[in-house]
Amino acid sequence: MFSPASLIRKLGHATVERIWRLGFAARFFVAILRLSGTSFRRLPLTLREIYFSGVLSLLIILVSGLFVGLVLGLQGFETLQRYGSTEALGVLVALSLTRELGPVVAALLFASRAGSSVTAEIGLMKATEQLKAMDMMAVNPIARVVAPRFWGGVVAMPLLAAMFSAMGVLGGWLIGVVFIGVDDGAFWSQMQAGVDWRYDVWNGVIKSFVFGIAVSLIAVFEGYDSVPTAEGVSRAITRTVVTSALTILALDFVLTSFMFRGAS
Amino acid sequence: MPDDILVDIEDLQFNYDGRPVLQGINMKIPRGKVVAIMGGSGCGKTTLLRCIGGQLRPTGGRVRLEKHQVCEMSEAELYRLRRKMGMLFQFGALFTDMSVFDNVAFPLREHTDMSEEMIRDLVMMKLEAVGLRGARKLMPGELSGGMARRVALARAVALDPMLVMYDEPFTGLDPIALGVIGQLIRKLNDALGATSIMVTHDIHESLLIVDYIYFLNGGRVVAEGTPDEIRASKDPFVHQFVYAEVEGPVHFDYPAPSIRQELLAGVTRV
Repeated sequence: MFSPASLIRKLGHATVERIWRLGFAARFFVAILRLSGTSFRRLPLTLREIYFSGVLSLLIILVSGLFVGLVLGLQGFETLQRYGSTEALGVLVALSLTRELGPVVAALLFASRAGSSVTAEIGLMKATEQLKAMDMMAVNPIARVVAPRFWGGVVAMPLLAAMFSAMGVLGGWLIGVVFIGVDDGAFWSQMQAGVDWRYDVWNGVIKSFVFGIAVSLIAVFEGYDSVPTAEGVSRAITRTVVTSALTILALDFVLTSFMFRGAS
Repeated sequence: MPDDILVDIEDLQFNYDGRPVLQGINMKIPRGKVVAIMGGSGCGKTTLLRCIGGQLRPTGGRVRLEKHQVCEMSEAELYRLRRKMGMLFQFGALFTDMSVFDNVAFPLREHTDMSEEMIRDLVMMKLEAVGLRGARKLMPGELSGGMARRVALARAVALDPMLVMYDEPFTGLDPIALGVIGQLIRKLNDALGATSIMVTHDIHESLLIVDYIYFLNGGRVVAEGTPDEIRASKDPFVHQFVYAEVEGPVHFDYPAPSIRQELLAGVTRV
């Protein structure tokens, strides 16, 4: 039977549950940092995860970067043409990519491609008692399984964002210079003059690094905390993608508001 | 504690979400013996095993392993103790991204500084003991249930543990694989000079290979004895269990109000 009291009770229960889970995630993050020694001492473990999260995500990142660059080139040219400043196409494409689209879109793709697979892998290891078995063999699963995957994602994410941006610039150049006929020299020189290394590129790298931490943490946590059943793991994967997307967009707003406040 | 007792469990209690699972368990597991803990599904057998291994903290009572109080140990102390333990999980719990060889080599690589050559020799010996030396290059997905269990057994004894725990080692196996696993458990225990605790509900295989049996029901030890004593037992619970009888002290139905009461209550949202 529905009653206001039961509604309030359910709401309170759900709120407490979420706060408790958030606290558990924070403790989990501290445990990863505390037990990260293995990931650095035994570098092949982390390199393997960089390969799985980074190298295997390259194709989707490069292709997406190219298409985003092509679209940016088309849209940018169309708008700049109205003001007679099509030679600024290079700087428009580069700034859009290094400041925003590179880190954000690459992170969204990374969460869907690599984050979901990390959650599935850890979740299935939990469901098939592999984590328990490791624990019984006196090997801490957070040190051996979780931390290398976390650091693998943290390292891979900025590299993927850089590849995305580079491919996007190439796409913008292809559509602007090769197909539409914008002056090649103007395209690159305007870009060189308009893009500041520290202000634009470095801030973009910081963003992608922060997104890498967020997505990797969400992915490993959701896997580790998943209900060890087929349904539980599938729900955890969904939560990884949804929570990562929302977190990336929210963090992007916060970081942008600190980094780019109309200076210069 | 006398020297011949490896695991001493006193008044062990464990609650899960306020529901009592173990209610005052007392057991003594002698060194060198294979001991079975039996009982129906959900009677607390696996929980008891996990309390012995320190993966669960009991709500009351004590588990003493050698001179160690398992329930009072820190995480680091527990990890040190677990290097002397091996555990076989219900479905093997092999690492699916590693080959059979790497699975057995895993504890050796994690806990010793042995050279790869030495590890190779040891892994070969362990796999030979379970009859799977020829399968060392296979991945877990390519193994049958019985083979996976044997690989997991080789992995569990890789570090020559003093205590090996088996969680439902016979589940889902055909009669031949079941017999093979049973014999391996006995032979490996004797060859290694280890002590084995086996949680199972396979009474017939257990009676053939174990030295002592504890029966659990409702979180309590309800009967115990050697295989011969169990076979001759007149205890209604043991009798029902050994002869797989439907009627007896263990009920088939989950507790519920009477069917008449439920039907007359009409449709309500559950």
